[in-house]
Amino acid sequence: MSTADVLVIGGGLHGLSSALHLARDGADVTVLEGEFVGRHASGASAAGVRTLGRDPREMPLALRSMEMWHQIGDLVSDDCGFHAHGQLRVFETEAQIAAETRRIAELEAHGHTNEQIIGQDTLRQLVPGINPKFIGAAYADRDGAADPHRTLVAFRAAAERAGVRIVEGAPVCRLSEQRGAWRVETAQGAFAAPTVINAAGAWGARVAAMTGESIPLSAKASMMMVTERLTQTIRPVVSIVGRSLSFKQSSQGTLVLGGGIQGRYDLDSGRTAMDFHALARGAAAAEELMPAVKGARIARCWSGIEGKTSDLLPVICPGKAAGIFHIFGFSGHGFQLVPAAGEAMAGMVTTGVVPEIFLPFNAERLTTKGAAA
Amino acid sequence: MKTEHDILIVGAGPAGMAAAVQLADLGFAPLVIDEQAMPGGQIWRASEGPRSDAVRRALGPEYAEGADRVARFRLSGVDYMPGTRLWHIEPGFQVFMSRDETAFSRRYRAVLLATGAQERPVPVPGWTLPGVMTVGAAQILLKTSAQIPEAPVWIAGSGPLPLLYMRQLLALGGQVAGFLDTTPKGQASRVLPHAMAALRGRGDLIKGVKWLRQLRATGLPWLRGVRDVQALGQDRIEAVRYTAADGRVHEQSAQVLLLHEGVVPSIHTTLAMNCEHDWSEAQGCFIPRTDERGMTSVDGLFLAGDGAGIGGALAAEERGRIAALGIAGRLGQDAPAAHLHAAHAGLARRLASRPVIDALYPPSEAQIPDETVICRCEELTAGDIRVAARLHRGGPNQVKAYTRCGMGPCQGRQCGYSVNRILSEEYGQSRAETGFFRIRPPLKPVTLGELAALEEGREAP
Repeated sequence: MSTADVLVIGGGLHGLSSALHLARDGADVTVLEGEFVGRHASGASAAGVRTLGRDPREMPLALRSMEMWHQIGDLVSDDCGFHAHGQLRVFETEAQIAAETRRIAELEAHGHTNEQIIGQDTLRQLVPGINPKFIGAAYADRDGAADPHRTLVAFRAAAERAGVRIVEGAPVCRLSEQRGAWRVETAQGAFAAPTVINAAGAWGARVAAMTGESIPLSAKASMMMVTERLTQTIRPVVSIVGRSLSFKQSSQGTLVLGGGIQGRYDLDSGRTAMDFHALARGAAAAEELMPAVKGARIARCWSGIEGKTSDLLPVICPGKAAGIFHIFGFSGHGFQLVPAAGEAMAGMVTTGVVPEIFLPFNAERLTTKGAAA
Repeated sequence: MKTEHDILIVGAGPAGMAAAVQLADLGFAPLVIDEQAMPGGQIWRASEGPRSDAVRRALGPEYAEGADRVARFRLSGVDYMPGTRLWHIEPGFQVFMSRDETAFSRRYRAVLLATGAQERPVPVPGWTLPGVMTVGAAQILLKTSAQIPEAPVWIAGSGPLPLLYMRQLLALGGQVAGFLDTTPKGQASRVLPHAMAALRGRGDLIKGVKWLRQLRATGLPWLRGVRDVQALGQDRIEAVRYTAADGRVHEQSAQVLLLHEGVVPSIHTTLAMNCEHDWSEAQGCFIPRTDERGMTSVDGLFLAGDGAGIGGALAAEERGRIAALGIAGRLGQDAPAAHLHAAHAGLARRLASRPVIDALYPPSEAQIPDETVICRCEELTAGDIRVAARLHRGGPNQVKAYTRCGMGPCQGRQCGYSVNRILSEEYGQSRAETGFFRIRPPLKPVTLGELAALEEGREAP
């Protein structure tokens, strides 16, 4: 049986980031991945690095993460394809402007200055070819997007350089505790450590259940589509108020379209399937935003399975059983939080103290009636 | 045309047409869709097009058979929708198609894939240069518009198709600068004696031998046992370089180079449907597993033609008839057992010479040089794939995630087998074990505008 200081269950970005930070702090860490690194939500991510429109309860973590994204090379020795070209949420009515202005004023009252309102002229400069019916936008200029695969490669390589051992093809079938050590049985043998981090994404509740803890969690499989390469003209990530669309052009020139339109999934097989009738709404929204993209050919569509909580905030907290820590359920917007969540997780594991920025993410809120927002 | 059908046949080549005619004979009314403007598939492409006698003669008797088959297909009265691309199938079967820039979806109880084969990509240095194309692509131009290259043509590769194309090209007044035959030297003498003993009197082999003699008689420069073919040039091909059988390297000026290393079944649709596939050593490709009625491992999804294993047009027709009987049975109308026996006997006869052809033209095992582009969409070389494979041991899907190889519009049709081969070599494991990319929809590119229109529930045009 292999032993370590910390076992991380789940080789997605959050598992890798926690492992990386812990290893840098001197821990002996092994990551147990059921399939291969980045197989599900992390590899299927739109890789938006967004503070725009975040739930205020996530803001402290998101802002710390944003600082880290702007220096991401310091953390993983690669820029992860991150470009801070901004994120925009466009609107078309005066009523929407009023509502967005109120929302941003509230943010500012909390001391957050990451968003501002821009008018149509600035919008047209930032997004040439945008449908003129859009009259303005909420804009976060330090936001942007990264390359999900490059980010995975970078976090993996950095973790391995820091001494993290990554075991792929090792789905976990059983957890048990013996004399203060957790024993994790996988398809590739048993592993033991006093501390286990549950970063199993959509399967996080199943892993929690193996420790005797019940955490309500559902799942989602947001669909993405990417087109052939087009001439590079759009740099920010664009979404539309009240519509399921996020629209960006990658540095390769392809249009990457997402926005939370749901496909079908099966947790047991790990497979997903497209729902093209639903995806058609996304295509229609893209065409509405930028009429010129109508003729762009879709090269590929995909989705990945992601954990989803009832209030769409993640679960990041110590488990009920000693030595267990949870970090999952990011509900489709966890990519941006990766650097800071791993950093704070390492601190929580090392000191045993829950940091303030994790307080809104305790699992209790999901089980206590009426507590969920 | 009806708007609802129980059965969808995808592809109006030999297999699809034969299946349609058979189903019509049994009283069924399938819908046949095809990407081309006319029925006939690749082999009988544009059979209904206008032809001069000279072109007809040049195309040869095997091509001429197509006109009769297409006429019979038309006479069957089966609903036929040309110019239609299938881009996604959901189990059950909800099928997504596009025609005239409009996407639509319909439901069927049974689907027959008769989508044939594709040429095996030939990744050699310089294969992406303008002026380099496949023999199959050149033959399409010849069939559809009697177009032949003006400059003398270099042909490099192996298999029956280059021989057929050269015969057609010469008959139309084209010139062959040289045939760089990459078939391992001595292959014919190793295989043929057994073959002739075992298959004495088989028509297609005798026909093949006759072709070879006729081609040799033309005196075209035919170099045997050639390897390491490369296309050289800046903005387009300027020269071809190769190593002759005696080990000497030659470089000669070239304006057109046609490559061909055999054909392989089109497996993207069956992969996307999670059908079981088996590796064929003889044909060097994955073949979807089918039962004795042509059904894949997915209930109700049938397969016929070269997509079920390379066998040629006449075998494809027999497989089409077998699948048609299978579909009829599955929809509750079992045909007399004798029909199925007859079709299987026909298939066995048509496939009798195939092991000899497979043995004559084995898939190339030469290592792909590091600098050779293998993924044309993302411009990745064999060396890039080897680096990724060494960094992170994994299958084709991991390599795809790390490198973007196979993520472009061709969906891995150009690079899939190269990645499979490189990973097998790197890890010392079998091609079957290595596997293929997971296939993401759409199977064929569909525009945002087409997909957007799907929402309006528009009927087929």
